[in-house]
Amino acid sequence: MIQKIPVLKIGNALIASIQIELNDESAVQFKEDILNQIKATGATGVVIDLTAVDTVDSFLGKIIRDAALMARLMGASVVVTGIQPAVAITLVELGLELEDVVTALNLEKGLARLADLTGGV
Amino acid sequence: MPDSVVVPIVDELDIVRARQEGRQLAKETGFGPVDLARVATAISELARNIYNYARPGEIELAQITRGPRSGLQVIARDQGPGIRSIEEAMRDGYTTSGGLGAGLPGTRRLVDEFEIESSEGRGTCVTIRKWLR
Ligand SMILES: Nc1ncnc2c1ncn2[C@@H]1O[C@H](COP(=O)(O)OP(=O)(O)OP(=O)(O)O)[C@@H](O)[C@H]1O
Ligand SMILES: [Mg+2]
Repeated sequence: MIQKIPVLKIGNALIASIQIELNDESAVQFKEDILNQIKATGATGVVIDLTAVDTVDSFLGKIIRDAALMARLMGASVVVTGIQPAVAITLVELGLELEDVVTALNLEKGLARLADLTGGV
Repeated sequence: MPDSVVVPIVDELDIVRARQEGRQLAKETGFGPVDLARVATAISELARNIYNYARPGEIELAQITRGPRSGLQVIARDQGPGIRSIEEAMRDGYTTSGGLGAGLPGTRRLVDEFEIESSEGRGTCVTIRKWLR
């Protein structure tokens, strides 16, 4: 069963807000959707918003990190926003610090950060 | 053991099912949001290991008490191939599947008690406990 995460486009940015509990297959699909959408729309940046996500395990953590690295290879920047305190704590305790991933406190700050990274969205 | 819930781990959606059941029971036990995330994440790691390396297996969830303390116990068991070297498997970054190798060592850091038994060809059993503070 694959659940789709809607990916919206605003200006040159894509915004994907994860609002459902993702199973592994859906998470893999989400990563591919983002990369395909970058290609299809010519977006220069992507915000992945995790405000509604209360559990990030090693699998989803790896998916998010890989999505950011792969997008960068394609020439787009990824900013991950809204990581909850409990999620930040478990990620670090798990040993998954996501050092290569740009983050911001919330969606608004994420879009501002993206504008900095891409020279205006 | 009172009130234990068993979630079979057969297909990939059972990983989500197990961590949702675990989060729910942990909430009823009285854990706050950070411990709920720790418990749910630990269950997710153990359930995925069963799914990836040893399915079918099961996750057994139970509210427990010891003296004045109460908490949650999670037992992940399977009759899969077992783990040849537990010492290696518990090392950060050790993986036989191209994962991050974060599951077992990370899970140990997320909980208060962690026990692992495994024998080659017979299966693996991981027991974790989290106590209310
Ligand atoms: N239930 C199990 N049965 C057999 N082997 C297992 C089991 N659980 C873990 N292992 C072995 O132990 C190794 C380490 O497990 P661990 O969960 O730490 O990392 P991983 O699953 O490889 O990667 P990650 O969990 O970060 O995605 C696995 O690669 C696998 O070889
Ligand atoms: Mg694992």
